[in-house]
Amino acid sequence: MSAAWRIARRELRGGLRGFYIFLICLALGVAAIAAVGSVRAGIEAGLAREGAAILGGDAQAEFTYRFATEEERSWLESVAEEVSETVDFRSMAVAGNERGLTQVRGVDDLYPLYGEVVLDPPMDIASALERRALPGGVMQPVLAARLGLRVGDTFTLGTQQFELRALLEREPDSAGAGFGLGPRTLVTLEGLQGSGLITAGTLYDTQYRLRLPAGTDLEALENAAETRFAESGLRWQDSRNGAPGIARFVDRLGAFLVLVGLSGLAVGGLGVSAAVRSYLEGKLDTIATLKTLGATGRVIFTVYFIQVGILSLIGVGLGLLLGALLPLALGPVIEAQLPVPAVFTLYPGPLVEAAIYGLLTAAIFVIWPLARAQDIRAAGLFRDIAGGGMSLPRWPFLLVIAALSAVLIALAVLFSGAWALSLGAAGGIIAALAILAIMAGLVRISARRLARSRAVRGRPALRLALGAVGGPGGETASVILSLGLGLTVLATVGQIEMNTRNAISQDLPEVAPAYFFLDIQNDQLPDFLEIAHAQDGVGRIDTAPMLRGIVTRINGQTARDVAGDHWILRGDRGVTYAASQPESAELTQGTWWPDDYTGPPLVSFAAQEGAELGLSLGDKLTVNVLGRDIEVEIANFRVVEFGNMGINFVMILNEAALAGAPHTHIATLYAEEAAEGPLLRTLSRAFPNVTAIGVRDAITRVSEALAGLAAATSYGAAATLVTGFVVLIGAAAAGTRRRVFEAAVLKTVGATRGRILASFALRSAILGAMAGLVAILGGALAGWAVMTLVIEADYSFQAISALTIVSGGAVASLLAGLAFAWAPLAARPARVLRSRD
Amino acid sequence: MIDPVLSLRDARLALDANAGRVEILHGIDLDIRAGETVGLTGPSGSGKSSLLMIMGGLERATGGTVMALGHDLTELGEDALARFRLKHMGVVFQSFHLIPTMTALENVATPLELAGAADAFDRAEAELTAVGLSHRLDHYPSQLSGGEQQRVALARAAAPRPAILLADEPTGNLDGPTGEAIMDMLFGLRDRHGATLVLVTHAPELAARCDRQIRLRDGRLDTLSEAAE
Repeated sequence: MSAAWRIARRELRGGLRGFYIFLICLALGVAAIAAVGSVRAGIEAGLAREGAAILGGDAQAEFTYRFATEEERSWLESVAEEVSETVDFRSMAVAGNERGLTQVRGVDDLYPLYGEVVLDPPMDIASALERRALPGGVMQPVLAARLGLRVGDTFTLGTQQFELRALLEREPDSAGAGFGLGPRTLVTLEGLQGSGLITAGTLYDTQYRLRLPAGTDLEALENAAETRFAESGLRWQDSRNGAPGIARFVDRLGAFLVLVGLSGLAVGGLGVSAAVRSYLEGKLDTIATLKTLGATGRVIFTVYFIQVGILSLIGVGLGLLLGALLPLALGPVIEAQLPVPAVFTLYPGPLVEAAIYGLLTAAIFVIWPLARAQDIRAAGLFRDIAGGGMSLPRWPFLLVIAALSAVLIALAVLFSGAWALSLGAAGGIIAALAILAIMAGLVRISARRLARSRAVRGRPALRLALGAVGGPGGETASVILSLGLGLTVLATVGQIEMNTRNAISQDLPEVAPAYFFLDIQNDQLPDFLEIAHAQDGVGRIDTAPMLRGIVTRINGQTARDVAGDHWILRGDRGVTYAASQPESAELTQGTWWPDDYTGPPLVSFAAQEGAELGLSLGDKLTVNVLGRDIEVEIANFRVVEFGNMGINFVMILNEAALAGAPHTHIATLYAEEAAEGPLLRTLSRAFPNVTAIGVRDAITRVSEALAGLAAATSYGAAATLVTGFVVLIGAAAAGTRRRVFEAAVLKTVGATRGRILASFALRSAILGAMAGLVAILGGALAGWAVMTLVIEADYSFQAISALTIVSGGAVASLLAGLAFAWAPLAARPARVLRSRD
Repeated sequence: MIDPVLSLRDARLALDANAGRVEILHGIDLDIRAGETVGLTGPSGSGKSSLLMIMGGLERATGGTVMALGHDLTELGEDALARFRLKHMGVVFQSFHLIPTMTALENVATPLELAGAADAFDRAEAELTAVGLSHRLDHYPSQLSGGEQQRVALARAAAPRPAILLADEPTGNLDGPTGEAIMDMLFGLRDRHGATLVLVTHAPELAARCDRQIRLRDGRLDTLSEAAE
């Protein structure tokens, strides 16, 4: 060992020259993962620190459709120091002829228990909302602008007028409220009394925020609340997880980006491997000489393992430095973009995670070339070893590589917490590498065949290019693997992004309604339909009774215990009733009930969701509607297409089961785009309590949210591609010596520089195009898998995105090749060739 | 007198090295006639290979003129030099210098293809058969022995039927018997095609097979030696 160490130290005296690509590849991959992890940790810390403010209290009990009962209210008051009551619903804010969808929150005097409402002009929330001649209200600037309102103007919610006292710059609990389709308006609960908006059957939520005595055991309290009110539809949240939706989202996105980062590291690994191989090629003489002097294979392996190990530590260290400093430096910028608070500081956890990933990746990718170096024979000194190809190292090394890869994947599963996604990504990367390696082999064989075919005879530049692509040594494998993997990641992201965009922006509007109308009262429905049908340009109008219910039990057992954390069980869902089978309802199992059925309640359940929950015909569900438990039996399953944006309910009950309960109606209205504006004005003037949601606006909001996601993912993919490009440059640089020699020989036998350049350009372009082609195949496959298996949407091949990737690959490879073509073209043949004599 | 195919007048070569500018050739005056075989000899570092390189336009003389078949090589650009070699010259090196990513056949066919010959591969095959390598056509250089690699290099140099063959110690990396066989082939090729041959060698017995021997010492023609011819 000591001899190996001494030799390694002597060899390292040459410094880092020749190792820049190695260091950049490793550092970039580690930095990307460390940065993503640090940002995620920062957001999680922010959420934890301000959990109470985000939630609006230490804990919150939420109800749908109703306020707390006396019993519930008195229990809440018995455990808390203070209880603040708020109500939340969608409505239309009206000012003159202008109207806009808004998410209204009615608050009491205690609001907000935690945090601060920031208003423009600055004032406290109590005086902004107090009743003077009219009750006061504040709204987000975007809504005020849409309605043309200034501070001091009046607006109407339902039948109540309010005075706009200030613009709402920031509400402390906005992040916990989830995704709202409309900007916020804040008024008092008392002010809403006269609006006619909060009546039985209209869709609203109430929240009871609690200020708890210091040291309250939140878990015990949650258990107490759940045992006491489990079946009443009470939903509990506390500051341990103030914004579960956001926390889950950040967690998922973080995990996904780390996986994208890992694919970047895999690309970097290829660069590391190529750099080590190229370094060892330059060391053939040294190794052969050491062997001649009696060094064993083990000593040779140790000598270079020590060197590469030290370099790996340097590379990982650089990556950690970059990955830790980047979020710190960009902290204010990132925080401004986030809807949630974040605390940017040094988080050791993500850095350790990134370091482990980096070191494992380096080990996996350097063992192969190192293992082959120890097999070099002393006789290698006396024969020109051109590249040496990709022969396998001995089996113990393969075993170590496999074991390290397994550890890496296991750690990715452990760290990300998303095992299916991690295993999918790992499988994807390994499959992509395998396909790329096979493809590289095929490309070489075909290029070699083609180079010998009569078709290319007489085209020396092309044959030279094909010969170089297909010949031994050369950069075919490393270019196709590195560029191919980088492009595959980009192609996958491109395919998913374009498909998602298309699903939203192209497919839907053709069939989607123009508006959803909510909270149409029973007695308003006939007039509503009459007025709507009388408007120009109005097509179909669908309506359905609308209630909301929570599935609490399945066959008598707590629903979540039976079916886990399915979205159907996460909160309240829309429920409707129907006597006869709706035209659009296609049954997959069971039969519909007779029109006049009055027996025990029956339900028609969405087929796919039913299967996911493990339900079968005859199962009994307990659905809590308006605080009342209804036990329903599954009579049939039915196909539900949520993608068409029409009226879709997971559960349709028989009419007798629900018709007596207070409820409102929902309507979808199909209209020509030009008719939408007048229609909205007429209907909302006639029915001030009815809320209209413009589907076009909603789609825009969702598209914006998705665009943000796509951007985050693209950055991750771009990091992978940058690494791929660095590897590519490394491969081109490593090939320079070979090309200088080739150019010198070609000049000697009479080739002009133009021809030589054409041949170099052709070979780079061929390699780039091949890498791009593989990327298209891989991207299409992965895109299809993600769209159909994960997102559960249609997949169609996106040709433009794919073509961009192939040409991008060819151009990238061409540029890298040409950047290193100058030296070969400029060199005088005599000097090149004599230096090798 | 017949016009010389190679004519050097006051040809000089100086190269920049780390230690400063090094004068390698000092005013060489030399004429070589068509069909002549000339052996260039001299101790290591005397400038033999450099002289051969400027004759082939692989190195540019820094002074004087180098006329080859009526063209002044010092006046030609890099590409014009390449075209000139394509038409008129074949070069053989001590280290063979085959392109490692090409098979033997492809290496030999390359200059023929560059010249636009439609039957490049047939001629290349014939040329390789002539040097006894018909069974090695599809082998890559790394799969060939040193002697075989040099035979491929010979075939490549001779395939376009150049007027001038330049050989820089073609047996320097080979054992005695193999080297001898290569020399036989080289002279055989020359005899068959009637090319002018300039051969750099350390071996007196090889130089002795040439029509004329020219000896260099310290970058100058050893006049005594040439006078003795």
